[in-house]
Amino acid sequence: MAVYEHTYQPYTGALTALRSRFLVIPRYAYRDLFDSKITVALLCFCFIYPLLAAILIYLHHNSAAIAAFQLDLDELLPINASFFLTYMQVQTGLGFLLTLIVAPALVSRDLSNNGLPLYLCRPLSRSDYVLGKATVIAGLLSLITWVPGLLLFLFQSYLQGFAWFGANIRIAVGILLGSLAWIAVLTLLALALSAWVKWKIAASAALFGCFLIPAAIGQIINNTFDTELGNLVILSDLFLTVWTGMFYRIARTDVPVWSAWVVLALLCGACLLMLRRKVRAYEVIK
Amino acid sequence: MTPTIELDSLTVRFGGRTILDRLRGSLSSRATGLLGPNGAGKTTLVHTLLGFHPPTSGTARLFGEDIRTHAKSIRARIGYMPERDSFIADMTCVQFTCLMGELSGLPPRAALERAHEALFYVGLGEARYRKLGTYSLGMKQLAKLAQALIHAPKLIFLDEPTNGLDPPARKRMLELIREIRDSNHAQIILSSHLLHDVEECCEDILVLKDGRIVERCNLEAERSQNRRFLEMETRGHTARFAEAVRALGCECAFTDSLPANIAASNFDDAGAPLAADAATRRVKVVLRDGIEVGDLYSIAAREAVQIRRLDYKRTSLEDIFLRAMDKPSAEMVSANAGKGSGGQSVHGSL
Repeated sequence: MAVYEHTYQPYTGALTALRSRFLVIPRYAYRDLFDSKITVALLCFCFIYPLLAAILIYLHHNSAAIAAFQLDLDELLPINASFFLTYMQVQTGLGFLLTLIVAPALVSRDLSNNGLPLYLCRPLSRSDYVLGKATVIAGLLSLITWVPGLLLFLFQSYLQGFAWFGANIRIAVGILLGSLAWIAVLTLLALALSAWVKWKIAASAALFGCFLIPAAIGQIINNTFDTELGNLVILSDLFLTVWTGMFYRIARTDVPVWSAWVVLALLCGACLLMLRRKVRAYEVIK
Repeated sequence: MTPTIELDSLTVRFGGRTILDRLRGSLSSRATGLLGPNGAGKTTLVHTLLGFHPPTSGTARLFGEDIRTHAKSIRARIGYMPERDSFIADMTCVQFTCLMGELSGLPPRAALERAHEALFYVGLGEARYRKLGTYSLGMKQLAKLAQALIHAPKLIFLDEPTNGLDPPARKRMLELIREIRDSNHAQIILSSHLLHDVEECCEDILVLKDGRIVERCNLEAERSQNRRFLEMETRGHTARFAEAVRALGCECAFTDSLPANIAASNFDDAGAPLAADAATRRVKVVLRDGIEVGDLYSIAAREAVQIRRLDYKRTSLEDIFLRAMDKPSAEMVSANAGKGSGGQSVHGSL
C-alpha cells in the first residue's frame, strides 16, 4: 500500500493452518530469548557436557587413544546405564537453571499487561495458548536433554555395534521417556507459577522453592519416622526413582516406582488446574 | 441474508447473579452502538460473543455460526479492541501488531506488511518501532485499534475506544471508526457509555439495562419518526398565526425575543422596515393528535404569514437513551416483542 493511501484494506490472501497456529507463540518468544546474552551463554554451556560425553565415547572406541592414555576406560568409566543416568542428572540440572531464567516471564508478562484477551479473542483457545507457552520451555529443554542424549546413545551404538544397541535399548527409552516426564513436570510447574506469581524474580524463587522446600520437608519426614516415604515429596528424588526404574528396571529406594509416577502425575494435574484457573481472558469475580 | 449477530435467549449468570437475561434479536447494520449504564451487561455481552464467557443458557450466532460450537471459526473473523490497557510491554508496536496478525492466521510476511499498514493507518507510523510500554494512553488506544484491524476482520468490537483520550485524539479515533464503517469491509459494534461517540459513529443502537435489552432502533429512522415537534421560521403577523395554532389545541411558543437586530433586518418588498409583529420570528410548535402540518400551512395562508423554514426536531440519542432508562426493562422487552423492526437493519423481535 502506498504511503499516501492509508485506507482500511481487506485481506484476501491465504491463512496459515489452524492446528499449528500456537507455534507462533514460541517463535516470538525465542526471538526475545535469544536477544538475551545470558540465555544464549547458558544454552551454549548446556552443550558442553554432551560434547564431553561424545568425546569420551569416541575415546572408548579409539584404541590409539586408549593406548596413549594407558587407561582402562572400560573399567574406569564404562558406557552403560550409569553413564547415561549421570548424563540425565547433569543435563536436567542445567535445564532447571535455564527454566529459572526463561519461564517466569512467559505467562506473567501477558497477565500483568492484560494481554490475554488479545490472544484469546483470536482463533486460539486457552489450551493453544498454554501449549504455545509450554513449547517455549519444552523446546529448549528437549534441545539439551533427550535430543543430545539419544544422539549419544546412537553414537555409542554405532561404534559398539548392533548387539549393544539391542541389549541396551531400555537406556534409549529411559532417556526419551525420563526426559519427557521431567520436561512435562517442570514446564507445567514453571508455567503455573508464572501464571500465579506475576513478579518475575518471585516466580523464579517460587520455582526454586518448589524443589528446595519439599526436599527439606521430605528429609524431616524421613528422619523423624525413619522411613523413605518422605522421598515422595522430594521432586528431584522422584525423578531419580523414575529414571532408575527405567534404566535398571529396579526400585532405587523403598518408594515404589509406580508411586513416584503417580505423584508426578498428580503434580501435573495440579499445575493444569492452576493454569486453568488463571489463563482466561478476564477473571470473573464472584 | 444471514444477520451478523443473532441472540437466541442468551443468558449469562455469574455466581447466581444474572448478567444477561434472555437476550433475543439480531443485528446486521454497519455500525451498532451498545449503550447502557454501568453494569448493564454491555461488556459481558461482547465478551460472551467473543467466547470469553460461556452462555449459561441460550446461545448466540455470529455469521450464522453458533458461538458454543464454532468459537475459533468465528474469532478468525472478529477484531476486538478491549477497554482496558492490553499489550505486551517489552515488544515494539510493530512486533506486537505483527504477532497479533500471525495469531489471527496471517502468514509472517503478510502480517508484517499489514502491521506496518495498520499502524500507518491509525496514525502510529512514526512511532511503530517504539516499545509499547513507552506509549501514551492515546497511542496505546490506537495500537489496540491497529491490532484489531490487522487481519481485516468482518466484525470489530470496540469497547470504550475513546476512553482516556484528549479531544484531538478522540476526534481522530471517531474519524477512524467512521472511515472503517464507510469502507463497508467491516461491521462495527461500539460499546460505550459516551452517547456522543455512539451518535457520531453508529447507525443502530442497542440499549441494555439490568442485563436486558430495553431499546433498539435505527437512529435515522427514530429521528425521522418524530414529526410532532416542529421548529419554524415565519415572516408576517406571527402573533396572529400563533394564536390560531393555539386555538387548534397545539402548543406554540416563540423561541426568540425579537431583538433589535431581527427587527432591523426585516424589510418589506419595497424596502421599508416591517412592524415588529410582522418581522421574521422563530416558533416551536407541538402538534396535537389529529393536527397535521398541512393545517399549519392553511393557517399561515389565512393569516398571510410566510413559513420560511420548517424542521422536525431531531430526537437526540440522549432522548432515546433517557426514555429507555425511564422504562422498566421487563416492560420494554414485552413492548418490543409486539413491535416490528425498529430500523432498516435491526430485525426480529426482542
